[in-house]
Amino acid sequence: MASTRALCRLATSRTAAVRPAVFARGFASVSDTKARDPISKAGEALAPDASRAPIPESKTSTVKEAAPTKDAKMKTFHIYRWNPDEPTSKPKMQSYELDLNKTGPMMLDALIRIKNEIDPTLTFRRSCREGICGSCAMNIDGVNTLACLCRIPTEEKKESRIYPLPHMYIVKDLVPDMTIFYKQYRSVKPYLQRSTPAPDGREYRQTKEDRKKLDGLYECILCACCSTSCPSYWWNQEEYLGPAVLLQSYRWIADSRDEKRAERQDALNNSMSLYRCHTILNCSRTCPKGLNPALAIAEIKKSMAFT
Amino acid sequence: MASQRVFQLGLRRAAAPSFMIQPAGRMVQRRLANTISKESGEEILAKQRLHRPVSPHLSIYKPQITWYASGLNRVTAVILSGGLYIFGIAYLAAPTLGWHLESQSLVAAVAAWPLWAKATAKFTVAMPFFFHCVNGLRHLAWDVGVGFKNATVVRTGWTVVAATFALSAYYSFFH
Repeated sequence: MASTRALCRLATSRTAAVRPAVFARGFASVSDTKARDPISKAGEALAPDASRAPIPESKTSTVKEAAPTKDAKMKTFHIYRWNPDEPTSKPKMQSYELDLNKTGPMMLDALIRIKNEIDPTLTFRRSCREGICGSCAMNIDGVNTLACLCRIPTEEKKESRIYPLPHMYIVKDLVPDMTIFYKQYRSVKPYLQRSTPAPDGREYRQTKEDRKKLDGLYECILCACCSTSCPSYWWNQEEYLGPAVLLQSYRWIADSRDEKRAERQDALNNSMSLYRCHTILNCSRTCPKGLNPALAIAEIKKSMAFT
Repeated sequence: MASQRVFQLGLRRAAAPSFMIQPAGRMVQRRLANTISKESGEEILAKQRLHRPVSPHLSIYKPQITWYASGLNRVTAVILSGGLYIFGIAYLAAPTLGWHLESQSLVAAVAAWPLWAKATAKFTVAMPFFFHCVNGLRHLAWDVGVGFKNATVVRTGWTVVAATFALSAYYSFFH
Protein backbone atom coordinates (compact mmCIF):
# COMPACT_ATOMS: atom_id res chain seq x y z
CA MET A 1 0.00 0.00 0.00
CA ALA A 2 2.75 2.39 0.99
CA SER A 3 4.68 1.62 -2.15
CA THR A 4 1.60 2.31 -4.29
CA ARG A 5 1.21 5.65 -2.61
CA ALA A 6 4.84 6.53 -3.20
CA LEU A 7 4.51 5.56 -6.85
CA CYS A 8 1.39 7.70 -7.13
CA ARG A 9 3.24 10.66 -5.76
CA LEU A 10 6.07 10.13 -8.21
CA ALA A 11 3.62 9.83 -11.08
CA THR A 12 1.74 12.99 -10.11
CA SER A 13 4.84 15.09 -9.73
CA ARG A 14 6.15 13.91 -13.07
CA THR A 15 2.91 14.68 -14.87
CA ALA A 16 2.45 17.97 -13.07
CA ALA A 17 4.02 19.96 -15.89
CA VAL A 18 1.70 18.55 -18.56
CA ARG A 19 -1.46 18.44 -16.43
CA PRO A 20 -4.02 20.92 -17.76
CA ALA A 21 -4.87 23.83 -15.50
CA VAL A 22 -8.40 22.46 -15.10
CA PHE A 23 -7.13 19.78 -12.76
CA ALA A 24 -4.93 22.04 -10.72
CA ARG A 25 -6.52 23.11 -7.48
CA GLY A 26 -6.73 26.86 -7.22
CA PHE A 27 -5.98 28.14 -3.73
CA ALA A 28 -7.27 31.56 -4.60
CA SER A 29 -6.18 33.29 -1.44
CA VAL A 30 -2.56 32.39 -2.10
CA SER A 31 -2.04 32.25 -5.86
CA ASP A 32 -4.46 34.99 -6.75
CA THR A 33 -2.98 37.79 -4.66
CA LYS A 34 -4.16 40.56 -6.97
CA ALA A 35 -7.82 39.75 -6.69
CA ARG A 36 -8.24 41.14 -3.21
CA ASP A 37 -7.85 44.85 -3.67
CA PRO A 38 -10.44 45.94 -6.23
CA ILE A 39 -13.00 43.40 -5.10
CA SER A 40 -12.88 44.35 -1.46
CA LYS A 41 -13.29 47.98 -2.47
CA ALA A 42 -16.20 47.17 -4.74
CA GLY A 43 -17.62 44.95 -2.05
CA GLU A 44 -17.59 47.78 0.45
CA ALA A 45 -19.40 49.99 -2.04
CA LEU A 46 -22.00 47.36 -2.89
CA ALA A 47 -22.55 45.98 0.57
CA PRO A 48 -21.90 48.93 2.88
CA ASP A 49 -23.06 47.01 5.92
CA ALA A 50 -19.97 44.83 5.83
CA SER A 51 -19.61 45.00 9.59
CA ARG A 52 -23.01 43.44 10.02
CA ALA A 53 -23.43 42.93 13.72
CA PRO A 54 -23.98 39.25 14.51
CA ILE A 55 -27.41 38.11 15.64
CA PRO A 56 -27.09 37.71 19.41
CA GLU A 57 -27.20 34.23 20.94
CA SER A 58 -30.51 35.03 22.63
CA LYS A 59 -32.16 34.92 19.22
CA THR A 60 -30.53 31.72 17.96
CA SER A 61 -30.94 28.11 18.98
CA THR A 62 -28.79 26.26 21.49
CA VAL A 63 -27.31 22.96 20.40
CA LYS A 64 -27.00 20.58 23.33
CA GLU A 65 -24.95 17.53 24.14
CA ALA A 66 -26.66 14.37 22.87
CA ALA A 67 -26.74 12.34 26.06
CA PRO A 68 -25.73 14.30 29.15
CA THR A 69 -24.94 12.20 32.20
CA LYS A 70 -26.12 12.97 35.72
CA ASP A 71 -22.94 14.58 37.05
CA ALA A 72 -22.33 16.47 33.82
CA LYS A 73 -20.50 19.80 34.06
CA MET A 74 -22.37 21.68 31.36
CA LYS A 75 -20.79 24.83 29.97
CA THR A 76 -22.16 27.06 27.24
CA PHE A 77 -20.05 28.27 24.33
CA HIS A 78 -21.32 31.05 22.08
CA ILE A 79 -19.60 30.78 18.72
CA TYR A 80 -19.62 33.21 15.79
CA ARG A 81 -21.08 31.58 12.68
CA TRP A 82 -21.35 32.78 9.12
CA ASN A 83 -21.97 30.63 6.10
CA PRO A 84 -20.77 31.88 2.68
CA ASP A 85 -23.32 29.65 0.97
CA GLU A 86 -26.03 31.98 2.28
CA PRO A 87 -24.16 35.15 1.39
CA THR A 88 -26.80 37.67 2.33
CA SER A 89 -27.55 36.17 5.72
CA LYS A 90 -26.29 37.89 8.83
CA PRO A 91 -23.61 36.31 10.98
CA LYS A 92 -25.00 34.79 14.16
CA MET A 93 -23.90 33.64 17.57
CA GLN A 94 -24.65 29.94 17.88
CA SER A 95 -24.72 28.41 21.35
CA TYR A 96 -23.41 24.96 22.20
CA GLU A 97 -23.62 23.18 25.53
CA LEU A 98 -20.81 20.79 26.31
CA ASP A 99 -20.09 18.44 29.20
CA LEU A 100 -16.66 19.50 30.45
CA ASN A 101 -16.08 16.01 31.89
CA LYS A 102 -16.04 14.61 28.37
CA THR A 103 -14.08 17.51 26.86
CA GLY A 104 -10.35 18.11 26.86
CA PRO A 105 -8.91 21.01 28.85
CA MET A 106 -8.34 23.47 26.00
CA MET A 107 -10.69 25.59 23.93
CA LEU A 108 -9.51 23.79 20.81
CA ASP A 109 -10.60 20.50 22.37
CA ALA A 110 -14.06 21.98 22.85
CA LEU A 111 -14.19 23.17 19.23
CA ILE A 112 -13.01 19.82 17.89
CA ARG A 113 -15.54 18.03 20.07
CA ILE A 114 -18.35 20.24 18.80
CA LYS A 115 -17.27 19.55 15.23
CA ASN A 116 -16.90 15.80 15.76
CA GLU A 117 -19.94 15.08 17.86
CA ILE A 118 -22.46 17.90 17.71
CA ASP A 119 -22.24 20.08 14.63
CA PRO A 120 -19.95 19.05 11.76
CA THR A 121 -20.62 22.30 9.91
CA LEU A 122 -18.58 24.35 12.39
CA THR A 123 -15.48 25.59 10.56
CA PHE A 124 -12.14 26.66 12.02
CA ARG A 125 -8.44 26.33 11.27
CA ARG A 126 -6.30 24.10 13.43
CA SER A 127 -3.25 22.01 12.98
CA CYS A 128 -0.60 21.32 15.61
CA ARG A 129 -2.69 21.69 18.80
CA GLU A 130 0.44 22.74 20.71
CA GLY A 131 0.88 26.43 19.90
CA ILE A 132 3.53 26.23 17.22
CA CYS A 133 1.58 26.49 13.96
CA GLY A 134 -0.58 29.53 14.75
CA SER A 135 -3.58 28.23 12.81
CA CYS A 136 -6.14 28.34 15.59
CA ALA A 137 -5.76 32.04 16.39
CA MET A 138 -9.15 33.49 17.37
CA ASN A 139 -10.80 35.84 19.79
CA ILE A 140 -11.74 33.90 22.92
CA ASP A 141 -13.60 35.71 25.71
CA GLY A 142 -12.60 39.04 24.22
CA VAL A 143 -8.89 38.40 23.85
CA ASN A 144 -7.00 37.15 20.81
CA THR A 145 -5.19 33.93 21.53
CA LEU A 146 -4.52 30.45 20.24
CA ALA A 147 -7.40 28.11 21.00
CA CYS A 148 -4.94 25.29 21.64
CA LEU A 149 -3.13 27.25 24.37
CA CYS A 150 -6.27 28.65 26.00
CA ARG A 151 -7.72 26.68 28.89
CA ILE A 152 -11.48 26.42 29.19
CA PRO A 153 -12.42 28.32 32.36
CA THR A 154 -13.83 25.65 34.66
CA GLU A 155 -16.63 27.79 36.12
CA GLU A 156 -19.73 26.35 34.50
CA LYS A 157 -21.80 29.50 35.07
CA LYS A 158 -19.52 31.68 32.98
CA GLU A 159 -20.37 31.38 29.32
CA SER A 160 -17.51 31.48 26.84
CA ARG A 161 -17.66 33.48 23.65
CA ILE A 162 -15.56 32.67 20.62
CA TYR A 163 -15.17 35.08 17.71
CA PRO A 164 -12.81 35.04 14.74
CA LEU A 165 -9.85 37.43 14.76
CA PRO A 166 -11.32 40.96 14.99
CA HIS A 167 -11.87 43.22 11.97
CA MET A 168 -11.00 40.66 9.32
CA TYR A 169 -13.06 39.59 6.33
CA ILE A 170 -14.65 36.27 7.19
CA VAL A 171 -14.36 33.32 4.83
CA LYS A 172 -16.54 31.08 6.98
CA ASP A 173 -17.34 30.84 10.70
CA LEU A 174 -14.02 31.28 12.54
CA VAL A 175 -11.86 31.41 9.41
CA PRO A 176 -10.66 34.91 8.50
CA ASP A 177 -9.18 35.92 5.15
CA MET A 178 -5.46 36.41 5.84
CA THR A 179 -4.49 37.45 2.30
CA ILE A 180 -3.48 40.99 3.23
CA PHE A 181 -1.56 39.83 6.29
CA TYR A 182 0.56 37.43 4.26
CA LYS A 183 1.09 39.96 1.49
CA GLN A 184 2.35 42.40 4.09
CA TYR A 185 4.69 39.76 5.46
CA ARG A 186 6.08 39.20 1.99
CA SER A 187 6.56 42.94 1.51
CA VAL A 188 9.16 43.17 4.32
CA LYS A 189 11.36 40.61 2.53
CA PRO A 190 11.66 38.19 5.42
CA TYR A 191 14.93 36.56 4.37
CA LEU A 192 18.65 37.22 4.63
CA GLN A 193 19.82 39.75 2.03
CA ARG A 194 23.57 39.74 1.43
CA SER A 195 25.80 40.35 -1.54
CA THR A 196 29.22 39.69 -0.01
CA PRO A 197 30.28 36.14 0.73
CA ALA A 198 31.41 35.09 4.19
CA PRO A 199 35.09 36.03 4.71
CA ASP A 200 36.23 32.43 5.21
CA GLY A 201 33.85 30.98 2.67
CA ARG A 202 31.87 29.11 5.29
CA GLU A 203 28.57 30.01 7.02
CA TYR A 204 27.67 33.60 7.83
CA ARG A 205 28.64 33.65 11.46
CA GLN A 206 27.76 36.12 14.19
CA THR A 207 28.85 36.73 17.75
CA LYS A 208 26.87 35.41 20.66
CA GLU A 209 25.82 38.97 21.51
CA ASP A 210 24.50 39.56 18.00
CA ARG A 211 22.64 36.25 18.11
CA LYS A 212 21.10 37.24 21.42
CA LYS A 213 19.46 40.25 19.76
CA LEU A 214 17.27 37.86 17.77
CA ASP A 215 15.84 36.16 20.86
CA GLY A 216 12.23 37.17 21.30
CA LEU A 217 11.95 37.91 17.57
CA TYR A 218 12.53 34.66 15.74
CA GLU A 219 9.98 32.77 17.88
CA CYS A 220 7.05 34.55 16.24
CA ILE A 221 4.70 32.07 14.57
CA LEU A 222 2.72 34.67 12.57
CA CYS A 223 -0.62 33.76 14.10
CA ALA A 224 -1.80 37.39 13.64
CA CYS A 225 -3.19 37.60 17.18
CA CYS A 226 -1.23 40.81 17.82
CA SER A 227 -1.98 42.50 14.50
CA THR A 228 -5.71 41.92 14.81
CA SER A 229 -5.75 43.14 18.42
CA CYS A 230 -4.41 46.52 17.32
CA PRO A 231 -7.04 49.26 16.77
CA SER A 232 -4.61 51.03 14.41
CA TYR A 233 -4.49 47.87 12.31
CA TRP A 234 -8.28 47.62 12.41
CA TRP A 235 -8.70 51.06 10.84
CA ASN A 236 -5.68 51.06 8.49
CA GLN A 237 -5.23 47.45 7.55
CA GLU A 238 -4.36 48.21 3.94
CA GLU A 239 -1.49 50.60 4.69
CA TYR A 240 -0.23 49.92 8.21
CA LEU A 241 1.88 46.78 8.43
CA GLY A 242 0.76 45.79 11.92
CA PRO A 243 2.74 44.50 14.92
CA ALA A 244 3.42 40.96 13.68
CA VAL A 245 4.91 42.05 10.36
CA LEU A 246 6.88 44.88 11.98
CA LEU A 247 8.30 42.43 14.51
CA GLN A 248 9.45 40.30 11.61
CA SER A 249 10.84 43.37 9.88
CA TYR A 250 12.84 44.17 13.01
CA ARG A 251 14.04 40.57 13.17
CA TRP A 252 15.91 41.25 9.90
CA ILE A 253 16.89 44.82 10.73
CA ALA A 254 18.48 43.58 13.95
CA ASP A 255 20.28 40.70 12.24
CA SER A 256 24.02 41.43 12.10
CA ARG A 257 24.42 39.23 8.99
CA ASP A 258 21.92 41.18 6.90
CA GLU A 259 23.36 43.86 4.62
CA LYS A 260 20.17 45.64 3.51
CA ARG A 261 19.45 47.31 6.84
CA ALA A 262 19.24 50.79 5.34
CA GLU A 263 16.91 49.65 2.56
CA ARG A 264 14.68 47.91 5.05
CA GLN A 265 14.45 51.05 7.17
CA ASP A 266 13.86 53.15 4.08
CA ALA A 267 10.90 51.00 3.08
CA LEU A 268 9.25 51.74 6.44
CA ASN A 269 9.99 55.46 6.33
CA ASN A 270 6.55 56.82 5.47
CA SER A 271 3.55 57.94 7.44
CA MET A 272 1.64 54.66 7.24
CA SER A 273 3.79 51.51 7.23
CA LEU A 274 5.38 51.99 10.64
CA TYR A 275 4.19 55.22 12.21
CA ARG A 276 0.55 54.20 12.53
CA CYS A 277 1.76 52.50 15.70
CA HIS A 278 0.58 54.74 18.52
CA THR A 279 1.94 52.49 21.29
CA ILE A 280 -1.48 51.17 22.21
CA LEU A 281 0.29 47.98 23.37
CA ASN A 282 -2.60 45.56 22.87
CA CYS A 283 -0.15 43.53 20.78
CA SER A 284 2.28 42.67 23.57
CA ARG A 285 -0.61 42.14 25.95
CA THR A 286 -2.23 39.50 23.76
CA CYS A 287 0.75 37.62 22.23
CA PRO A 288 0.18 33.92 22.98
CA LYS A 289 3.90 33.26 22.67
CA GLY A 290 4.83 35.95 25.21
CA LEU A 291 6.76 38.07 22.71
CA ASN A 292 6.84 41.85 22.70
CA PRO A 293 6.01 43.31 19.26
CA ALA A 294 5.53 46.80 20.76
CA LEU A 295 9.13 46.81 21.96
CA ALA A 296 10.34 45.69 18.54
CA ILE A 297 8.40 48.52 16.89
CA ALA A 298 9.84 51.01 19.39
CA GLU A 299 13.32 49.73 18.55
CA ILE A 300 12.67 50.24 14.83
CA LYS A 301 11.46 53.78 15.49
CA LYS A 302 14.53 54.46 17.62
CA SER A 303 16.91 53.00 15.05
CA MET A 304 15.33 55.23 12.40
CA ALA A 305 15.35 58.36 14.55
CA PHE A 306 18.96 58.04 15.70
CA THR A 307 20.71 57.15 12.44
CA MET B 1 -13.42 2.48 11.80
CA ALA B 2 -10.02 0.76 12.02
CA SER B 3 -11.49 -2.70 11.61
CA GLN B 4 -13.36 -1.51 8.55
CA ARG B 5 -10.13 -0.30 7.01
CA VAL B 6 -8.37 -3.56 7.67
CA PHE B 7 -11.30 -5.37 6.10
CA GLN B 8 -11.16 -3.19 3.00
CA LEU B 9 -7.43 -3.63 2.72
CA GLY B 10 -7.87 -7.38 2.93
CA LEU B 11 -10.51 -7.28 0.22
CA ARG B 12 -8.30 -5.25 -2.02
CA ARG B 13 -5.39 -7.61 -1.52
CA ALA B 14 -7.57 -10.61 -2.23
CA ALA B 15 -8.89 -8.99 -5.39
CA ALA B 16 -5.51 -7.88 -6.66
CA PRO B 17 -2.70 -9.88 -5.08
CA SER B 18 -0.24 -8.27 -7.46
CA PHE B 19 -1.06 -4.71 -6.47
CA MET B 20 2.55 -3.73 -6.95
CA ILE B 21 2.04 -3.52 -10.69
CA GLN B 22 -1.10 -1.42 -10.49
CA PRO B 23 -0.75 1.60 -12.76
CA ALA B 24 0.28 4.33 -10.39
CA GLY B 25 -1.78 7.08 -11.96
CA ARG B 26 -5.06 5.39 -11.23
CA MET B 27 -5.51 6.52 -7.66
CA VAL B 28 -4.75 10.08 -8.63
CA GLN B 29 -7.33 10.26 -11.32
CA ARG B 30 -10.14 8.96 -9.17
CA ARG B 31 -11.90 12.16 -8.19
CA LEU B 32 -14.73 12.27 -5.73
CA ALA B 33 -15.80 15.88 -6.25
CA ASN B 34 -16.52 17.72 -9.46
CA THR B 35 -13.71 19.93 -10.62
CA ILE B 36 -14.50 23.36 -11.95
CA SER B 37 -12.31 25.50 -14.13
CA LYS B 38 -10.01 28.01 -12.48
CA GLU B 39 -11.86 30.92 -14.05
CA SER B 40 -15.30 29.91 -12.85
CA GLY B 41 -13.81 29.10 -9.46
CA GLU B 42 -12.45 32.60 -9.24
CA GLU B 43 -15.79 33.99 -10.29
CA ILE B 44 -17.50 32.15 -7.45
CA LEU B 45 -14.82 33.38 -5.07
CA ALA B 46 -15.21 36.97 -6.23
CA LYS B 47 -18.96 36.76 -5.66
CA GLN B 48 -18.41 35.35 -2.19
CA ARG B 49 -15.92 38.07 -1.33
CA LEU B 50 -18.49 40.74 -2.12
CA HIS B 51 -20.58 39.56 0.79
CA ARG B 52 -17.96 38.66 3.35
CA PRO B 53 -18.76 40.26 6.67
CA VAL B 54 -16.10 41.98 8.78
CA SER B 55 -15.66 40.21 12.08
CA PRO B 56 -16.72 42.22 15.14
CA HIS B 57 -13.94 44.26 16.77
CA LEU B 58 -14.44 47.26 19.09
CA SER B 59 -17.62 45.89 20.57
CA ILE B 60 -16.24 42.48 21.51
CA TYR B 61 -12.61 43.14 22.42
CA LYS B 62 -12.04 42.88 26.15
CA PRO B 63 -11.67 46.27 27.86
CA GLN B 64 -8.02 46.53 28.87
CA ILE B 65 -6.06 49.42 30.32
CA THR B 66 -3.80 49.37 27.25
CA TRP B 67 -6.26 50.36 24.56
CA TYR B 68 -8.73 52.18 26.81
CA ALA B 69 -5.96 54.48 28.08
CA SER B 70 -4.77 55.04 24.52
CA GLY B 71 -8.29 55.88 23.37
CA LEU B 72 -8.77 58.23 26.30
CA ASN B 73 -5.45 59.88 25.50
CA ARG B 74 -6.77 60.76 22.09
CA VAL B 75 -10.22 61.82 23.31
CA THR B 76 -8.69 64.11 25.94
CA ALA B 77 -6.38 65.57 23.31
CA VAL B 78 -9.38 66.41 21.16
CA ILE B 79 -11.22 67.93 24.13
CA LEU B 80 -8.25 70.06 25.17
CA SER B 81 -7.21 71.32 21.75
CA GLY B 82 -10.84 71.69 20.62
CA GLY B 83 -11.61 73.69 23.75
CA LEU B 84 -8.59 75.89 23.16
CA TYR B 85 -9.60 76.55 19.55
CA ILE B 86 -13.21 77.33 20.47
CA PHE B 87 -12.22 79.68 23.28
CA GLY B 88 -9.48 81.32 21.19
CA ILE B 89 -11.79 82.01 18.26
CA ALA B 90 -14.56 83.21 20.58
CA TYR B 91 -12.05 85.51 22.31
CA LEU B 92 -11.05 86.96 18.93
CA ALA B 93 -14.66 87.42 17.89
CA ALA B 94 -15.73 88.81 21.29
CA PRO B 95 -15.17 92.55 20.55
CA THR B 96 -17.18 92.32 17.34
CA LEU B 97 -20.01 90.34 18.90
CA GLY B 98 -20.04 92.31 22.12
CA TRP B 99 -19.18 89.32 24.36
CA HIS B 100 -17.18 89.73 27.55
CA LEU B 101 -14.54 87.01 27.68
CA GLU B 102 -11.77 89.00 29.42
CA SER B 103 -10.23 87.43 32.51
CA GLN B 104 -11.82 89.97 34.88
CA SER B 105 -15.38 89.41 33.70
CA LEU B 106 -14.90 85.60 33.63
CA VAL B 107 -13.51 85.64 37.18
CA ALA B 108 -16.39 87.80 38.30
CA ALA B 109 -18.94 85.50 36.65
CA VAL B 110 -17.48 82.33 38.13
CA ALA B 111 -17.11 83.89 41.58
CA ALA B 112 -20.88 84.27 41.75
CA TRP B 113 -21.43 80.50 41.29
CA PRO B 114 -22.15 78.19 44.22
CA LEU B 115 -19.21 76.11 45.47
CA TRP B 116 -20.38 72.79 43.99
CA ALA B 117 -20.73 74.32 40.52
CA LYS B 118 -17.22 75.78 40.74
CA ALA B 119 -15.74 72.46 41.84
CA THR B 120 -17.60 70.51 39.15
CA ALA B 121 -16.55 72.88 36.39
CA LYS B 122 -12.94 72.79 37.50
CA PHE B 123 -12.98 68.99 37.82
CA THR B 124 -14.41 68.63 34.29
CA VAL B 125 -11.61 70.73 32.85
CA ALA B 126 -8.90 69.29 35.09
CA MET B 127 -9.61 65.61 34.35
CA PRO B 128 -8.72 65.63 30.62
CA PHE B 129 -5.81 67.97 31.25
CA PHE B 130 -4.14 65.88 33.95
CA PHE B 131 -4.86 62.60 32.21
CA HIS B 132 -3.29 63.79 28.99
CA CYS B 133 -0.36 65.29 30.86
CA VAL B 134 0.50 62.26 32.97
CA ASN B 135 -0.21 59.75 30.22
CA GLY B 136 2.03 61.83 27.96
CA LEU B 137 4.94 61.02 30.27
CA ARG B 138 4.21 57.34 29.72
CA HIS B 139 4.28 57.83 25.97
CA LEU B 140 7.58 59.72 26.22
CA ALA B 141 9.06 56.78 28.12
CA TRP B 142 7.85 54.37 25.41
CA ASP B 143 9.36 56.56 22.71
CA VAL B 144 12.81 55.94 24.19
CA GLY B 145 12.05 52.23 24.55
CA VAL B 146 11.42 52.04 28.29
CA GLY B 147 8.60 50.30 30.16
CA PHE B 148 7.35 47.79 27.62
CA LYS B 149 6.92 44.80 29.89
CA ASN B 150 3.27 43.78 30.23
CA ALA B 151 3.24 44.11 34.01
CA THR B 152 4.90 47.54 33.81
CA VAL B 153 2.38 48.75 31.23
CA VAL B 154 -0.56 47.70 33.39
CA ARG B 155 0.95 49.20 36.54
CA THR B 156 1.84 52.55 34.96
CA GLY B 157 -1.57 52.66 33.28
CA TRP B 158 -3.49 52.40 36.52
CA THR B 159 -0.99 54.73 38.18
CA VAL B 160 -1.91 57.34 35.57
CA VAL B 161 -5.62 56.88 36.32
CA ALA B 162 -5.03 57.25 40.05
CA ALA B 163 -2.77 60.27 39.55
CA THR B 164 -5.38 61.89 37.32
CA PHE B 165 -8.05 61.60 39.98
CA ALA B 166 -5.73 62.76 42.76
CA LEU B 167 -4.41 65.78 40.86
CA SER B 168 -7.86 66.78 39.55
CA ALA B 169 -9.36 66.57 43.04
CA TYR B 170 -6.49 68.58 44.50
CA TYR B 171 -6.81 71.21 41.79
CA SER B 172 -10.61 71.37 42.03
CA PHE B 173 -10.95 71.65 45.79
CA PHE B 174 -7.76 73.32 47.06
CA HIS B 175 -7.06 75.93 44.39
